[in-house]
Amino acid sequence: MKLPRFLHNWITRHAQVALNSLGRLYRAPSASLMTAAVIAIALALPSGLYLLTGNLQRLSTQWDGSANLSLFLHRSVTLKQAGALQNKLAKMPEIDSVQLITPEQALAEFRALSGFGEVLDVLDENPLPAVIAVKPDQDHSNADAAAALLEKLRSFPEVELAQLDLQWVRRFNAIVDIVRRSIWVMGALLGLAVLLIVGNTIRLEIQSRREEIEITKLIGATNGFIRRPFLYSGLWYGLAGAILADVLVEIAFLQLYNPVRRLAGLYQSNFSLHTLSFTDTLSLLATGAALGLLGAWLAVGRHLAAIEPT
Amino acid sequence: MIRFDNVYKRYPGGRDALQGVSFHLHAGAMAFLTGHSGAGKSTLLKLVALLEHATRGQLFLDGENLSQTSRRGIPYVRRKIGMIFQNYRLLFDRTVFDNVALPLVIAGYRHQDIGRRVRAALDKVGLLDRERALPITLSGGEQQRVGIARAVVNKPPLLLADEPTGNLDPELSRDIMHLFEQFNQVGVSVLIASHDLDLIATLPYTQLQLHHGRLVKSATGTDT
Repeated sequence: MKLPRFLHNWITRHAQVALNSLGRLYRAPSASLMTAAVIAIALALPSGLYLLTGNLQRLSTQWDGSANLSLFLHRSVTLKQAGALQNKLAKMPEIDSVQLITPEQALAEFRALSGFGEVLDVLDENPLPAVIAVKPDQDHSNADAAAALLEKLRSFPEVELAQLDLQWVRRFNAIVDIVRRSIWVMGALLGLAVLLIVGNTIRLEIQSRREEIEITKLIGATNGFIRRPFLYSGLWYGLAGAILADVLVEIAFLQLYNPVRRLAGLYQSNFSLHTLSFTDTLSLLATGAALGLLGAWLAVGRHLAAIEPT
Repeated sequence: MIRFDNVYKRYPGGRDALQGVSFHLHAGAMAFLTGHSGAGKSTLLKLVALLEHATRGQLFLDGENLSQTSRRGIPYVRRKIGMIFQNYRLLFDRTVFDNVALPLVIAGYRHQDIGRRVRAALDKVGLLDRERALPITLSGGEQQRVGIARAVVNKPPLLLADEPTGNLDPELSRDIMHLFEQFNQVGVSVLIASHDLDLIATLPYTQLQLHHGRLVKSATGTDT
């Protein structure tokens, strides 16, 4: 396909300016890198926290579906009585399945997983009670119905303590939600910081190229022509900052990946951290570039008009 | 090419730089603008290049009424004018080639055309072999010739020069004036502000003499 001449010229011109601006940053590597690094830190903080809370939320949905009620029985309850209770519970319509964990099974499991095996040998008797794990059916898995069921089960005389695991999942979710919201606030503030950083950098650049701006205006440059290289500078700063931010987040993620896996393994979970998705990375880069462009635009609008040749 | 019609310019603070100036520089003519320091020479040139606006009166460039030019139109007016300065006003971080190419880049010429035109302009001012040099490595006379090459590279119909020989010795000044004559001979209108009266006296061109902002004398090639 052959592009119309004017469009082809337009693209060529923009490509040239874009490359020139990039070259200008490249020729002052330490100053450019410093600016990009500041932008990167400002972008990496909210991105990293976003990633973290995303993972926490994923973790909590894993728990959500498995609303389990644990009934800890009195130590005086015999195994036979516990078995009878198990059968009675299994017949209740709200309950999907019931599992009895005898004190011996609980002890064996604890011995295997906790690493306190030798300590347990010192004890004269098994300190653990029998536990009945109750899984409500689908209709009673939501928080309110599960809570009602909990009240009902608590009234059985054999039950010493009834616990609903969902409660703390709800609290946890509420906390994650608050953290998420505060990330937006923090993200907005740090985005503003990026605008100011880029704006100030571009302002200094405009000042140092004042003579050049005056001369090009004298020769008949339009404001658009003069504005263009600064806008591209802003764009490159933002994009470079976003790329660096992405690298920072990935490094932090790699530092945490194995420890989190190990911790999840201790909880018998195959949970592992998810890193920034392709879309996340793209939006991070787009956000950086857009903020850089906007910051440059604001600076250029304020400071370029003030320079008129004499 | 340039027509002033009873033009007044008063700067903020009340100084009257130009008072009732009227003249007409015909297309293809060459003229000198003379007068003592502060007589209004620079102000007159600035009005033509739209660096300042007239307080009263009207002025025309190439038939266009400059008092009606919008802000957006200013760059396009300036592209019709090749401007030459006493202190050359080159960009010192760019090569001679890039300096001369600037007006073409601004006007959006294609890459191939730029190379051809820049070399033609450098050839005319005798600096074809210095296109890769940085301006700082050139002598004053050479720098001014780069400035002239930049002014003529996009073939404007008018050259405006503000004390182009102000920083040059007499011999170099004659060379520069000779260059202006050559451009005038191919049809470019030229207006040069200068107080180098000895040099001007040897040249057969109109003189527009300003005295305290008023035009006191003009001769062949112009009407007042």
